[in-house]
Amino acid sequence: MAMKGKNCVAIAADTRFGIQAQTVSTKFQKIFELGPRLYIGLAGLATDVQTVSERLKFRVNLYELRENRRVKPKTLLSVVSNLLYERRFGPYFVEPVIAGLDDVTSEPFVASLDLIGCPMVTEDFVVSGTCSEQMYGMCESVWSPDLDPDQLFEAISQALLNAADRDAVSGWGAVVHIIEKDKVTTRTLKARMD
Amino acid sequence: MECLIGIRGKDFVLLASDSVAGRSVVAMKKDHDKMFQLSSKLLMAVSGEGGDTVQFAEYIAKNIQLYRMRNGYDLSTKAAASFTRRNLADYLRSSTPYMVNLLIGGHDDNDGADLYYMDYLGSMVNLPFAVHGYGSFFTLSIMDRYYKEDMTKEQTLALLQRCIDEIHERFIVNLNSFKVKIIDKDGIHVLKDIRPTTKPPVEAEGTQQQQQLMDTA
Repeated sequence: MAMKGKNCVAIAADTRFGIQAQTVSTKFQKIFELGPRLYIGLAGLATDVQTVSERLKFRVNLYELRENRRVKPKTLLSVVSNLLYERRFGPYFVEPVIAGLDDVTSEPFVASLDLIGCPMVTEDFVVSGTCSEQMYGMCESVWSPDLDPDQLFEAISQALLNAADRDAVSGWGAVVHIIEKDKVTTRTLKARMD
Repeated sequence: MECLIGIRGKDFVLLASDSVAGRSVVAMKKDHDKMFQLSSKLLMAVSGEGGDTVQFAEYIAKNIQLYRMRNGYDLSTKAAASFTRRNLADYLRSSTPYMVNLLIGGHDDNDGADLYYMDYLGSMVNLPFAVHGYGSFFTLSIMDRYYKEDMTKEQTLALLQRCIDEIHERFIVNLNSFKVKIIDKDGIHVLKDIRPTTKPPVEAEGTQQQQQLMDTA
């Protein structure tokens, strides 16, 4: 999930890699850095999470080489949308979530897409995954506009942890990135490992 | 019905695979080696669809050797695993996907010993210990309980013995011998096959009484 705050954004994910009921790894990376203030989180089929992040990094690298500047969050949204829609009739089973600060204006940005690339930009938060309904409920309760970085960290952490605890196949560890104008803080949460 | 086990110890990786080659309900061969050497310090254990396993493993092994010939040095474990993952993922959505689950264990000078778990869809994870197959349901919890970072070879073999004993105790398919290999800074070493420890048969009290009654009658 990702949330907007006052001049900052936060993105968080659990770290479980499982095959149906069996948990294989508790340290699976689902959030990837595509720029110093731009992160994408991918929920869904593990192999497609890895493939889409690799293919996306390739496209973003080429973009930055050609344009000689960092990609804007809004543009990244379109790049991801294109990547996913190319596979309209044989899609990648991922639901991406984007969080970042515009590198010129430092304006916060959050967005999400469905598995075939339909983009959605929101002013508050975005969620994706098996416990999306639980996450919507938690986010709606804990979020309010213009939270500062520390408050935003508390909000997103509580939202993620409690939503994941109500889902049998989510959890087993969590990681949160708080993206501000001058730094990015990454924290691993102490989560229920069940 | 195949079982692959991998455990990372202090500067080495231990890979074990059951040695039954079976088709449907028949065990055709009881001393089959499911591990393929990719390079001097890279080993891959494969399980899955018959034919796919050998074809895919040999394809990857030859390509790793080609890299060595072209560039003069070996691929790192991470790079070899990523190459393998990319191949599996690319073939997944083709008309000829490979149905192979694998464990890649290797040692290089920069990162030390590494173990990678990969399933047939192409999801790859770096793990301290990993198991493929039904055996995973019996052994992963044992490893969660007894595994420690930086174990010695003897400790790791003891842990492996525990796992194999549990599989023998509770898994309905008879996997009574495992091929074991270790990869460390000196290369790949083949160890003796491991079998479940034989326990003396346990007689219940009831059967003794029944035997006495039958003797007197």
